Amino acid sequence: MLQRLTRRLSLTNVLMWLIGGAILAVTVWGAVVTLASGKYAATTWADLIVAGLTRGSIYALLALGYTMVYGVLRMINFSHSEVFMSGPFLAYFVAVPLSQSGFLDQNPLLGLVLVMLVAMGVSTGVAVTVERIAYRPLRGAPRLVPLITAIGASYFLQYTFRGLFGTGIRAFPDVQPLKGNVTIAGVSIGITQIVVIVSAFLMLAALYAFVQLTKTGKAIRAVSEDKDTARLMGVDVDRIIMITFAVGGAMAGAAGVLYVLLFRQIHFFMGFIPGIKAFTAAVLGGIGNIPGAMLGGVFLGVIESLFPNLVLDSLHIPAPYQLQDAIAFMMLVLVLIFRPTGILGERLAVKKA
Amino acid sequence: MNKPSFNWLEPIKVGLIGGLVAILVSLMGMVEAFNLRDIIGGVITMGQTMVVITFVIFANMAVRRTAQAHLDVEPPPLHLLLSGALAGLVTAILLAAMMLVGPLINLRAMFMNAKPDLYAILTYKTSGAAGIILLLVVGTVLGALTAGLALLPARVRQPITLALIVVMFTGLLQELLRVMLGGWGDFGKLFTWMFADRGLSVPGAIVLFIVVAGVNFLWGTQGGRVRQRVSVLPPAGQRTLRWTSLALVVVVMAVLPRVLGPYPSEVMVMTGLFALMGLGLNIVVGFAGLLDLGYVAFFAIGAYIMGVLSSPEIGWLGIHLTFWEALPFCVGGALLAGIILGVPVLGMRGDYLAIVTLGFGEIIRLVALSDWLKPYIGGSNGITRIPKPWVGPWELADSQTLYYLVIAGCLLVAFVSTRLKDSRMGRTWMAMREDEDVAEAMGIHLISTKLLAFATGAAFSGLAGAIFASKLTSIYPHSFQLMVSINVLCVVIVGGMGSIPGAVVGALILVGAPELLREFAEYRYWFYGLLLVIMMLTKPEGFVPEATRRRELREAEAEPAAAGAVAGR
Amino acid sequence: MDILTATRVTKRFGGLTAVNTFDMEIKEQSIHSLIGPNGAGKTTFFNCVSGFYKNEEGMILFQGKSLDGRSPDQVTRMGISRTYQNIRLFANMTAIENVMVGEHPHLRSNILGAIFRTPGTMREEAEALEEARRLLGFVGLTGKGDLLAKNLPYGQQRRLEIARALASKPKMLLLDEPTAGMNPAETGEMTAFIRRLRDELGITILLIEHQMRVVMGISETVTVMDFGEKIAEGTPVEIQNDPKVIEAYLGRGSSAEALKAA
Repeated sequence: MLQRLTRRLSLTNVLMWLIGGAILAVTVWGAVVTLASGKYAATTWADLIVAGLTRGSIYALLALGYTMVYGVLRMINFSHSEVFMSGPFLAYFVAVPLSQSGFLDQNPLLGLVLVMLVAMGVSTGVAVTVERIAYRPLRGAPRLVPLITAIGASYFLQYTFRGLFGTGIRAFPDVQPLKGNVTIAGVSIGITQIVVIVSAFLMLAALYAFVQLTKTGKAIRAVSEDKDTARLMGVDVDRIIMITFAVGGAMAGAAGVLYVLLFRQIHFFMGFIPGIKAFTAAVLGGIGNIPGAMLGGVFLGVIESLFPNLVLDSLHIPAPYQLQDAIAFMMLVLVLIFRPTGILGERLAVKKA
Repeated sequence: MNKPSFNWLEPIKVGLIGGLVAILVSLMGMVEAFNLRDIIGGVITMGQTMVVITFVIFANMAVRRTAQAHLDVEPPPLHLLLSGALAGLVTAILLAAMMLVGPLINLRAMFMNAKPDLYAILTYKTSGAAGIILLLVVGTVLGALTAGLALLPARVRQPITLALIVVMFTGLLQELLRVMLGGWGDFGKLFTWMFADRGLSVPGAIVLFIVVAGVNFLWGTQGGRVRQRVSVLPPAGQRTLRWTSLALVVVVMAVLPRVLGPYPSEVMVMTGLFALMGLGLNIVVGFAGLLDLGYVAFFAIGAYIMGVLSSPEIGWLGIHLTFWEALPFCVGGALLAGIILGVPVLGMRGDYLAIVTLGFGEIIRLVALSDWLKPYIGGSNGITRIPKPWVGPWELADSQTLYYLVIAGCLLVAFVSTRLKDSRMGRTWMAMREDEDVAEAMGIHLISTKLLAFATGAAFSGLAGAIFASKLTSIYPHSFQLMVSINVLCVVIVGGMGSIPGAVVGALILVGAPELLREFAEYRYWFYGLLLVIMMLTKPEGFVPEATRRRELREAEAEPAAAGAVAGR
Repeated sequence: MDILTATRVTKRFGGLTAVNTFDMEIKEQSIHSLIGPNGAGKTTFFNCVSGFYKNEEGMILFQGKSLDGRSPDQVTRMGISRTYQNIRLFANMTAIENVMVGEHPHLRSNILGAIFRTPGTMREEAEALEEARRLLGFVGLTGKGDLLAKNLPYGQQRRLEIARALASKPKMLLLDEPTAGMNPAETGEMTAFIRRLRDELGITILLIEHQMRVVMGISETVTVMDFGEKIAEGTPVEIQNDPKVIEAYLGRGSSAEALKAA
């Protein structure tokens, strides 16, 4: 009986589309009401959008790691959030002396580049090590096994850092030149925000060029399409996979530095929420799809920033910012239910018999 | 045939890795934290044992690699001893290097645990150069001893290894055992000589070692005979044996809370709850192969329904039920939630399902935490004054009595699981787990089948949540984090996916043991992570594998599988 | 009477047309072979019939009813069963459990019956067990029921797969390379067995095969496929001498010789 009930997939489908439609309607209604009431000035919206873009670019960088690894290995790299955390964490120990000696304030560009290189190096190292030790031996295993290994690696890394460095929250040192705002087109933007957006954009562009134009990049795309055929074509699959992890790790390390420039706090658990959000972004854009990950990141950042004020406020939900993280999870769930292939569409075939 | 020459490189490589691990363990503070417990009072602490274990593990690895390098030729004992010793030495060298270099480069600024206290532990409180030399000697000797142990025949090696482990755990649990024995009056006093202030006493350790090693050795040599005797018993005799052992188990389980005392009973209750959830998740993950990372959501729903329905604090509903009256609503509510959450997501691929369920779990927690629903379910203040269950005239007020409720719950879920496993439903789930596409081709309707597994698992999680709420008498959103889902998943996997006794074993290892050993609390999740990775790499079927359990006896008759046969999925 | 009719079936994967306006009629209770070089589209066609793929164009009728849009479980319930090129047994389940899963469409008991062990459920389980044993005996695997499927030798795994396929009481059986990896003795046994399936159970057999001896030995009709299209059809003798067929296999070395020699 239950079978016949659920086989009327049309019934469940209808139900789900009704729920989806209801959510959409509520969202639109909330947005309309807020905008109509004029409760928030245009500058507020501008601020929120800029904030959203900033966070979104970080998510985009981080999402690349998830999407690329999923592309070559068809697995969700749960430990990527710890790769993200480890870079800035260890780079902190370089940043502090640089700051204390005044070097960082006098040569912010050079100093930050240095810090970022350290972070990227560390993150790359962690990513590649995890791949070598935990993932490579499990290449042929059923899907569940690498996923669980990834979860284990994630907790292992988190608590290693916790054990080594303690539970305290460290503050990333101030960089004097980065303080303050500039006004562009009537909108007041923080200098830090500009730095984040520009750096992220540069790196995303570089990565895109790498993947599209270089031989290695093409090899990565080949392995994502069809590992076995790529191998037959003479591609060293193991090496390519390692490079994929390395590149994803580097991006994550960079994202990490940008993140702590913005939010200032470093602690062992800082990777979890951004990791989930970045994964959401990757799925939003279409997992395995690199431009999609970039787009998804920015999209998620902006929506997350606007949503509490735009929609939740009008629904009379008290303290809507509390639910900001829930918004990201909600989007993840909704995207996976209604459009699992993402905005730009997934480019991975599913083979059956 | 030429005897291959000794390969220096392998043991050195292994030793280097071992050294890095030893440094890591030290810098993480584990050595110091564990130092508070002695294994053998005045002789060796747990902290030092951690270092010893590191030496042993990597020496063992080096020995194994050397043995493997010789392929089918019997490796010369000298090579094995050398490789063990060398690996141990290199590990010790790295540790020594850390100790020497640390103060020079102010290691402490970065790694807060790089303290003189740590160094003292590593060198057994011997200072200066003598201390370093001592460390190196200890490493080398331990490495050689490990190799020596590997050389012994299994008959001898197993009892020794087992006895060492038992001595270590007994030393660790010394406090607990002392309290327990204290409750046993005069009988308990018989054993006091075995313990020192902290840890075992030297004679105690020696005696325990001999006893355990001896028993295990005897069982190894004579056990076969006993098993044979049993198997030739007439069926009536076998049945009597089975019933008596069962009765014995029941009696032991029944008196356990009295015997163990209040604190261990508390641990047993938590272990039992996790075993209960493990058994429930076992149906979802183990039988049906659905990776549910949001299992805590149903736990929370069960707990919150119990809270809302039974606590006098919550007034908007206008009713206050007893535990038993509210219980069906908790289970039913969780079941319903399972269906509602399941319908949209069960068509998804495995890893997507995992993420979506994780998302659900987090959404529920965040919503429960928010001010939005605070007037209804308490928000960050949670719900308090949840009444405890009454059975007739008795209130199950403390752990020692609640224990029975938890055990009853576990038995119920285990019973249902066993019935389900050996049925059409169980086969359907397992077929789906093994090969979804082919299962569908066999006429199995995937979504409704998955939904049944998902909902059943949810119902059991709700049951656990209801008991949990009643036990704690107050619940807060922070009790329902993702961590709980991961914990339960680990319990199922470490125990053995799909294995019913496995879930219990998993709970004992992952929940019971850490609760008993409080120093581990800091590092609990580090061990979890490590254990998960190691188990997936070496023993993905868990400690009590499902498939082997089912056909243990018949397995021996199987013909060797030819090449090209189906790989285990 | 044709039990299966495929008309202008076309299946595309992006730019690749795997099956191209393919026609085929299979007579009831016949043994019909589908042959062709590797990659010709044979298994893809099987997948279209069994519901794994949806063909973009064309129509497949089974006993007069359209298979269009049917899911695999629906196709099985209609009476079509199959085996797979790379054996796809339920590896960690025992042989007898594998067969019992095959009986799924004919069993009724549900989750509540399982938990409470109602008399109806228990009776059905006993009957299902009996039937599974019978099927194991039929394929020559008596006594092997409690072995894990992954531990069986290759030849026995193939037979187990067939037993599982028979458990749903199909009217037509699709066998995908049933003799792959077998030596001549085993191949002979399998060939005789396939004939028994048709003779004793009245099941129509559609066979994908590479071993020409088997194809020529037991088929009544042979359809030849290449690059997704039908290039020839007829009795084994007709096919052997068809120049188009020979050309398709020419350059594939031994197959051409085998074609002649069979």
